[in-house]
Amino acid sequence: MNSIAVTADGIGEAGASSPEAGLDIHDHSDVKDYETVGEPFVEDPKMSARNVNVYYADKQAIMDVSLDIGKNEVIAMIGPSGCGKSTFLRTLNRMNDIIPICRVEGNINLEDQDIYRGDQDTVLLRARVGMVFQKPNPFPKSIYENVAYGPRIHGLAHSKAELDEIVEKSLRRASLFDEVKDALDKPGTGLSGGQQQRLCIARAIAVSPEVILMDEPCSALDPIATARIEELIDELKERYTIAIVTHSMQQAEVGDTKEVFTMPKHELTENYITGRFG
Amino acid sequence: MQTSTVFLVLVALSFVGFLVGRKRSHAVAAGVGGMHLLHSLPKHYGYMAALWAGLPALLLLVLWMAFEARVVHNLVVAELPAQVQQLHHSELGLYYNQIVSYATGSSDATLLDENQLSAAEHYRELMSNSGLMKALLVCLVAIIGALLAVQRVSPALRARNHVENIFKWILFTCSFIAVLTTLGIVLSVLFEALRFFQSIPVTDFLFGLQWSPQMAIRIDQVAASGSFGFVPLLVGTLLISMVAMVIAVPVGLMSAIYLSEYASRQFRAVTKPLLEILAGVPTVVYGFFAALTVAPFIRELGESMGLTVASESALAAGLVMGIMIIPFVLSLSDDIINAVPDSMREASLGMGATMSETIRKVLLPAALPGIVGGILLAVSRAIGETMIVVMAAGLSAKLTANPLEAVTTITVQIVTLLVGDQEFDSPKTLAAFALGLVLFFVTLLLNIVALYVVRKYREQYE
Repeated sequence: MNSIAVTADGIGEAGASSPEAGLDIHDHSDVKDYETVGEPFVEDPKMSARNVNVYYADKQAIMDVSLDIGKNEVIAMIGPSGCGKSTFLRTLNRMNDIIPICRVEGNINLEDQDIYRGDQDTVLLRARVGMVFQKPNPFPKSIYENVAYGPRIHGLAHSKAELDEIVEKSLRRASLFDEVKDALDKPGTGLSGGQQQRLCIARAIAVSPEVILMDEPCSALDPIATARIEELIDELKERYTIAIVTHSMQQAEVGDTKEVFTMPKHELTENYITGRFG
Repeated sequence: MQTSTVFLVLVALSFVGFLVGRKRSHAVAAGVGGMHLLHSLPKHYGYMAALWAGLPALLLLVLWMAFEARVVHNLVVAELPAQVQQLHHSELGLYYNQIVSYATGSSDATLLDENQLSAAEHYRELMSNSGLMKALLVCLVAIIGALLAVQRVSPALRARNHVENIFKWILFTCSFIAVLTTLGIVLSVLFEALRFFQSIPVTDFLFGLQWSPQMAIRIDQVAASGSFGFVPLLVGTLLISMVAMVIAVPVGLMSAIYLSEYASRQFRAVTKPLLEILAGVPTVVYGFFAALTVAPFIRELGESMGLTVASESALAAGLVMGIMIIPFVLSLSDDIINAVPDSMREASLGMGATMSETIRKVLLPAALPGIVGGILLAVSRAIGETMIVVMAAGLSAKLTANPLEAVTTITVQIVTLLVGDQEFDSPKTLAAFALGLVLFFVTLLLNIVALYVVRKYREQYE
């Protein structure tokens, strides 16, 4: 399994993290003091972004990012806060559409289909590209209803038995089933933080997405819960393509990718990893 | 001295107490070697002195004002001749009132007898003495309080905790007064209603189907014996409220959803204040709008369809009441829907749910407790609303479920029972209290039902 890690240099305005960049990051939007490291392009990618620029009103949040996400790959994005990691993640299933002032330029393809083309249905797109958020956000419904929400909306189950099966399978894949099998009718908000986040993962995989986007899924969790989610991510890549934003170097270092960490090609990256920007 | 002057002096004394207390703490601190050795900050010692100066004196002032009139009354009456003191309670009251109104200069002496004139002199004297004593005592208590507090300032004195405690008790007293007032209102309504039920059996009132509160005021008067069945009023109230809610809830709730989820910021900025203006229109204006515009329109519309519509109808009143209530439902629901965390919206939309699915399956369930609360408040408004019904729905207590007929409501009947010259111990007027009591219980019941609904269906978010 090939995993790559992309640092702040690859995504967004790395200038913001550069000591020379000064205070106003926008003064440097024309200075190309960043470059992509790691392996930005792969053959036959699941998703590919080309020359993506994102603006919030007239502030540019992402500059000219090109990146491929390979099939069944875990791509981890690291970088300082505010550098545009989450924004980039959200452009991948058009969650940024909710924000009225947000504008996206460039191409983002999901298996050769431009997801920003005029007739792209965001409902279908988001069913194929699911998302797990930074803070666990289960619905204030029962555990069962939380997982059944997506399948119900998309009409994936034709009988109660089928729905039961989907719910159980999703909870098992999120390695939560054994903990909650006797409490499926209890509210999802009553679970612990780590369980809630796994419930959110179960909810996301219940609609059988092809890609799962995770926006700092462990930032609100304790180390033990974090370890469980990391394990889970490692298992999930068998079936899904995963893009994850993280602040944790260990998470970015899943699988056999060491390149960025052991021999950063760019000075900025090295500075970030070795903690000079921490 | 005037009470307001005494009060101002008291405020000034408290302020002086604050300054002295603070100064004293500085002095004490200098004595022991620094402010940090004192338990509390200088301002806390100041507050403590101010509160000690102000509160007991204020309490004394309030008590004095509460009992002054009664004490003076007793003193004046005690000086009156014996045969006057033997007078019946109400006659003595009248006699005494004449004395007071002469003494305070609001009537002249032409109607008074010798005794009253001398009593008035006595009254004046007592009042001026009382005023002087009040001022002196209050100031004395304030100064003693402040001195005691200042005296106690020492490094070990926990002035901060002390002040916190006093504030807690002040807040407690305020909430206690609110509860007590409510209790007082309920009890007074209850006792008057009990007097009503002494002449009219409770069962007749609760289950009677006829409402015509005509009683012979004098024994020889020719009048209907009067029937006090409140069922027609209850049905009329519920009918009109129902019509109002059928208008207000869907329109209010859906516009709230539109405003909070779909509308642009500019649209919201314009619409919300406009709707708040709608909420500020006096109900009497809605009333004549209902009576002069809506009711005739409905009658003509109904007649053109071959229906018999009374010129004053429950439908007209209910429609206009519904319009009046829309802003309440809208404003409250809007706040509640906005309070649902954005993470819920993101979670649902991120699953590929559409906006309307998100609203129906996530936002509304999460906002339900607040929405039910808002609707309940609106129902209470509808049930309590009087003006529109008086003007647009008529006064005839007809037992009907047909919104095209004229009906009347509990509140309207309370108004008509009490308007004009009435004897306050005839069943006719006492019936108003019984109606008030029933109204109270209906709203209480609604509250309980709503509480139950909220508990059962709430989906709690963090």
